[in-house]
Amino acid sequence: MAHLHDEKIQFIEEKANAIRQSIITMLVHAGSGHTAGPLGMADIFAYLYFHGLKHDSKNPFWEGRDRVVLSNGHICPVLYASMAHSGYFPLEELETLRKFGSRLQGHPHREWLPGLETSSGPLGSGLSQSVGMALADRIDTGSPSERFFFTLMSDGELECGETWEAVQLGAREKLHNLIAIIDRNYIQIDGYTETIMPLDPLRDKFEAFNWHVIEVGGHSIEDIHDAVEQAKAVFGKPSVLIAYTIPGKGVPEFERKFEWHGKPPSEEEGRRALDELRTLGGKIKSEHE
Amino acid sequence: MNELNQNLKLNPHLFEVGVEQTPIRKGYGEGLVIAGDTNPHVVALCADLTESTQTLAFSKKYPNRFIEMGIGEQNMAAVASGMSAMGKVPFITSYAMFSPGRNWEQIRTTVCYNDQNVKIAGSHAGVSVGPDGGTHQAIEDIAIMRVIPRMTVIVPCDTIEARKATVAAAQHKGPVYIRLAREKSPIVTTDDTPFTIGKANLLLQPKDPDVLIIVCGVLVYQSVLAARMLMEKGIRASVLNVHTIKPLDAESILAAARTAGRVVTVEEHQALGGLGSAITELLSEQYPVPIRRIGVPDVFGQSGEPNELLTHFGLDAEGITKSVADFVHPH
Repeated sequence: MAHLHDEKIQFIEEKANAIRQSIITMLVHAGSGHTAGPLGMADIFAYLYFHGLKHDSKNPFWEGRDRVVLSNGHICPVLYASMAHSGYFPLEELETLRKFGSRLQGHPHREWLPGLETSSGPLGSGLSQSVGMALADRIDTGSPSERFFFTLMSDGELECGETWEAVQLGAREKLHNLIAIIDRNYIQIDGYTETIMPLDPLRDKFEAFNWHVIEVGGHSIEDIHDAVEQAKAVFGKPSVLIAYTIPGKGVPEFERKFEWHGKPPSEEEGRRALDELRTLGGKIKSEHE
Repeated sequence: MNELNQNLKLNPHLFEVGVEQTPIRKGYGEGLVIAGDTNPHVVALCADLTESTQTLAFSKKYPNRFIEMGIGEQNMAAVASGMSAMGKVPFITSYAMFSPGRNWEQIRTTVCYNDQNVKIAGSHAGVSVGPDGGTHQAIEDIAIMRVIPRMTVIVPCDTIEARKATVAAAQHKGPVYIRLAREKSPIVTTDDTPFTIGKANLLLQPKDPDVLIIVCGVLVYQSVLAARMLMEKGIRASVLNVHTIKPLDAESILAAARTAGRVVTVEEHQALGGLGSAITELLSEQYPVPIRRIGVPDVFGQSGEPNELLTHFGLDAEGITKSVADFVHPH
């Protein structure tokens, strides 16, 4: 397994920081939307869009691309920001999020924005769609191909029955180019997942369903890389990354609070958050000082 | 005499006592194989009902293009969406109660909103499922499918029309719902009868009709019989087979309604939300005429023999005759 060079890690970390800043700016402009999930998943998205994925932002319909299905559509600000930063569309367009006529719908709409693989929002359907894509791929190529089918999903949607229907089918079909990444941040709208509907032990559950399970810290680019590389190398079964993330990561004021699941920062909160991100928590001097 | 429309080349033996009877779902199975022969991208998914939904022939001929889904209709719809995203033309099948009954939101979001080319075949629709009882009698499916943008809704009247509808659905770009029935029912059409999605067929058109019967599915046969019985009572009834409930053939419906001046709709579905509602919406805006809707009157079905249930709900030829006669000549 090839390790990432330090310069590459730093490059991806800087992209993750830029993506977080865009998320804050977008949400403040939109005046509605979700804050905690997008910030928590910024490192994983930055890794995928700036290293892990086979894709071409200038040719979004390239047949050989890996597919990214965002199942929990509500964290789309992190997807939109990652796409803009990697060249799918101009950065300025990010500020149209959730506005009338925008290609950046409040939950993703595939038809409106090239580079989106599906429309999502209602939870629990993304993994099914990835399984369908991987099955179609196998019919065409005779065996699971070199294209990978990534599903980004929340821990909350593991409460949906359909998710487990898809888990069973993916295992039965031995789709080893199917990789699910679960944002294990332990929060959902009404509170903590383990209070609302206990999900642990997640590793045991997925192993019982015959998936290859990798637990990973969701904020270490190096660890994310190793986990994705391991998942890509697995043969004969699908893989799931249980990525432990901090909801609201990068802005201490928002971190680990389920209250930030479904609301945007106010202008003032946004200003503080951007300052925090630009100075990396005061480690570097703010340009506003 | 109320003669069949010669241009449609309908079954010449339609009014004979021993008219050939075949389940409508059988035509789906045949059409699916034809679609598969014609287009290598056609795939079939089924939720543990491969034989009874007539998906078996396709699964044997094209095992690599058949996916057994187990009992998971929600997953089935969304998996089909994913397969369509990769260029496949998936047909998903189960009983109508479960698909589209149980997986409506997946059909709405991952198929229709997502603009994926998925075909949904709902078998065992209507009260004529019989002994299985109310749990299995899908009589709300037309309503929940036709309300979704982009969805085409087809209710074939016999096995031949079901075969043609299935082949046409495979060629049509976009989501299609095909409603099928379990029981054997008389064959109304022939291989030569024209079938185009969205084009209604005027089966009977007496001179100076008193009433127009608009009907779909297995009750087309019952309505044609009813028209004959009505003739004996001195009531001249046209019969229009509206096999495509969405998009409606507004031109043919309006023309026939103008000629008759009165309309009765007949369907093996709730009188709410289905064919009768679609026709009422169209006519009330564009050519208001007196309308009576015949269907299941906002109740659930129950166990019984198919014919017994059709009689109970007034959906057999006698029941239709009585309702139409009451409507045309109220006491």
